Amino acid sequence: MQPTDVSNPAFFHKVVDCQWACPAHTPVPHYIRLIASGRNADAYMVNWHSNVFPGILGRTCDRPCEPACRRGRVEEEPVAICRLKRVAADNKGDVAHLMPKPAPRNGRRVACVGAGPASLACARDLAAAGYGVTIFEGGQHLGGFIRSQIPRFRLPESVIDEEVGYITALGVETRTGHYVSSLKSLLAEGYDAIFVGTGAPRGRDLDIPGRAQAAANIHLGIDWLASVSFGHVKAIGRRVIVLGGGNTAMDCCRSARRLGGENVTVVVRSGFEEMKASPWEKEDAMGEDIPILNYLVPLAFLHDGGHLTGMRFQKVRAEHDAKGRRQLVPTGEPEVEIPCDDVLVAVGQENAFPWIERDIGLAFDRWGMPVLDPATMQSTIANVFFGGDAALGPKNIIWAVAHGHQAAISIDLLLSGGDVNDRPPPHVTLVSQKMGIHEWSYDNAVAIDLRYKVPQREKSLALADLGTEVELGFDLDLALKEAQRCLNCDIQTVFAPKLCIECDACVDICPVDCITFTANADEPVLRESLNAPSFNMAQDLQVLDGLKTGRVMVKDEDVCLHCGMCAERCPTGAWDMQRFLLDMAQVGTMPPRIKPHAEHVPA
Amino acid sequence: MTYLPKPKLHHPDLPKNELGLTRRDYEGTISTLCAGCGHDSISAAIIHACYNLSLPPHRIAKLSGIGCSSKTPTYFLGAAHGFNSVHGRMPSVLTGAHLANRDLIYLGVSGDGDSASIGLGQFAHALRRGVNMTYIVENNGVYGLTKGQFSATADRGALNKRGTANGDNAIDMVGLALQLGATFVARSFSGDKVQLVPLIEAALTHQGPAFIDCLSPCVTFNNHAGSTKSFDYVRAHNEAVNFLDIITGREPITHEQEPGTVKLVEQHDGTVLRLRKLDTDYDPTDRAAAIDYLAHRQQAGEIVTGLLYVDSDPTDLHGHLGTARAPLNRFDDAALIPGAAALSRINASLR
Repeated sequence: MQPTDVSNPAFFHKVVDCQWACPAHTPVPHYIRLIASGRNADAYMVNWHSNVFPGILGRTCDRPCEPACRRGRVEEEPVAICRLKRVAADNKGDVAHLMPKPAPRNGRRVACVGAGPASLACARDLAAAGYGVTIFEGGQHLGGFIRSQIPRFRLPESVIDEEVGYITALGVETRTGHYVSSLKSLLAEGYDAIFVGTGAPRGRDLDIPGRAQAAANIHLGIDWLASVSFGHVKAIGRRVIVLGGGNTAMDCCRSARRLGGENVTVVVRSGFEEMKASPWEKEDAMGEDIPILNYLVPLAFLHDGGHLTGMRFQKVRAEHDAKGRRQLVPTGEPEVEIPCDDVLVAVGQENAFPWIERDIGLAFDRWGMPVLDPATMQSTIANVFFGGDAALGPKNIIWAVAHGHQAAISIDLLLSGGDVNDRPPPHVTLVSQKMGIHEWSYDNAVAIDLRYKVPQREKSLALADLGTEVELGFDLDLALKEAQRCLNCDIQTVFAPKLCIECDACVDICPVDCITFTANADEPVLRESLNAPSFNMAQDLQVLDGLKTGRVMVKDEDVCLHCGMCAERCPTGAWDMQRFLLDMAQVGTMPPRIKPHAEHVPA
Repeated sequence: MTYLPKPKLHHPDLPKNELGLTRRDYEGTISTLCAGCGHDSISAAIIHACYNLSLPPHRIAKLSGIGCSSKTPTYFLGAAHGFNSVHGRMPSVLTGAHLANRDLIYLGVSGDGDSASIGLGQFAHALRRGVNMTYIVENNGVYGLTKGQFSATADRGALNKRGTANGDNAIDMVGLALQLGATFVARSFSGDKVQLVPLIEAALTHQGPAFIDCLSPCVTFNNHAGSTKSFDYVRAHNEAVNFLDIITGREPITHEQEPGTVKLVEQHDGTVLRLRKLDTDYDPTDRAAAIDYLAHRQQAGEIVTGLLYVDSDPTDLHGHLGTARAPLNRFDDAALIPGAAALSRINASLR
């Protein structure tokens, strides 16, 4: 194998699995250590810089970081990264003085259409850099689907108000109740750039017999959630069927339980395991006595003269054809009828751009989505950019934030005469953590605790009120224990071959056998010759040459505990533990200044 | 050394041996020796060997004397019996233990100070008596615990850390072991586990006095230019005569190498040692030839490693003495107190 180029930030970045998996590349281990040392405000600001909405995401994020977490590979479950983020938000105190001040205006004007997370993130970055940003929102509130669809029992409104407030405080102009009905006329208003963050606002319907006749008791999930959120709907029937297996369906069924639905059932077409909802959201729903029935295809809405009485389903099973494609095949068993008073349809969301004229040069693909460069978020009109669900189809908040950052970079490059394809590199620091012979400025002891559960409000209290938050969040004691589970994957094992005397001390001490000294070979052969099985091809090998015996040092990054034992046992300092901090380039806000080594408070 | 215990988490795909144990189950507490000490590599090799052989840790007795090397039994086989004896007296204690209970596997761990200086007589007599044991000398040529004076195995002319040359002749532990009747003699290097682990496995299965002289650089006091026991020096002068694989008697023996390059030695317990010969016609079953060969190679400045001598049908102390087959702790009262009639018979036989 070619020796690894560890000077390329991508190599060590990829070792920090959580940060690599996060669309906004939040430096997770960095802020977890800050939480562990009680510095919640600093932890919050590290998050705020990267992902803009720590309090919101700490309750609602899709958590792409957690399936990626290395802890999940060496033990049973990943670190509860998302809920630790909430700890920082809950305990940060007043951070207003840590926020950037409104910058002097540079004379450029940018319009953001829609007030969801993508627009807000883009607006924050640009406003902090001196751009005059105007957000247009058809509704009365800022926050987009964060505000309209996520139920209050998962996300209190005060958290939204606070975090949206940090953005408007930067001098962002907001025009609520102003629906943009024409991109053409918005372009004509002379904005230097336009960012479209209008989300995926249309719920998919289910056109089966009885839909029209029983329409009074059949509701589209996202519209119904918005009506609940804004107080237009305050009750639902006793027996409710929720169709669909995504997170919206989970929010629908749990909201229905709080609005009078005693007998709420979720029905999905395919298997339970294939549901799009996050596993923890399914768990929470089932914990509230909501059964999830699978392999049932809706056939008809049943009604009695227009009054909904129930639904009929066909039982199916999954079969794989010769090409491996999965098909749902009727089992031939009798059809299933489930009586109900209301049905919530949450079978998907669609994008809709009725307000964008098709003759202004903005190209759409055959699925009706704007043609974009996914790196720059630029459309076929040079100064129009897209982000969030409006850009690449329905995803989640953290992707919307990432799009907002990238679009802001593109807009800044475009308006300052640069090339939008010339993406700025990340800020990277790599600093030794050595404090003494066996002392490191991070806590290198590996805790063996299993994942801690987030305390929840008692079910009878939680179900009694739509606005009562179910999760109580970790208290500081639990947070400290959970934070100790983090393996500090950003503390990198950095190897200097010219110092190595090949004494094998690191090989012998490594608790997970990830270091091998052997003859170099092609990767498949090399993986076979390592001291421990190396099956995870998604994880890189660190291969370094320059040893006296002509062998190479091979480190399989897969399950390294970052415990620093190799460096403690190395007689020559050939191994060192160095903290890798990568901040993605951004417009406007600077990464918070955290004093080096201040995380470690000696006892 | 380190302040922290080694993390308990291990590789998720760590294999298990016939006993259902992982290699980690053969570890001891974390080493307090200097970082990079060759002795730690030997401990790791012992762990590998015992794991590979699926030895039940509680059927092993590890014995040692005094010194850096003699501290190491704490760092491997935490579930085995251990005895940290007086300086240089490990061979006697081991001999006594073996006489009391021949069912355990005896592993003596010693150093060049413990075995070549204060304990030289003990070393000689344990081998001469033919105690069934594995005796490993972790040989670094210096007294590490007392700040690096030359030991009795330091080569004449070798320099210490301050640049002073050693004026005394070195004791050749391998040469002594061959002359004193060890039935398994090997030399290896802590920095080469590929060679060392199979040698320890073979020694542990060998049913007679097995001796391994293992060069083990002292990173603190004897790993400099001018040392003849440094990583660089040993690597540069290492002449391996063979490479050993161990095969149990049940497995079929296949000849992967060209004819003449593999030598099979069947041990008394059915274990077959497969030796891959390197660039020599070395015959490890000829004791006199081994002594001769080693003397010549030593003159040429080479450090000969590998399996140097093996007697495929060894005898041991219990055989010479005709002792009872069962360990003493298995004798019941009736056997231990045979009664007046038996005493009378014995007395009568002596009259």
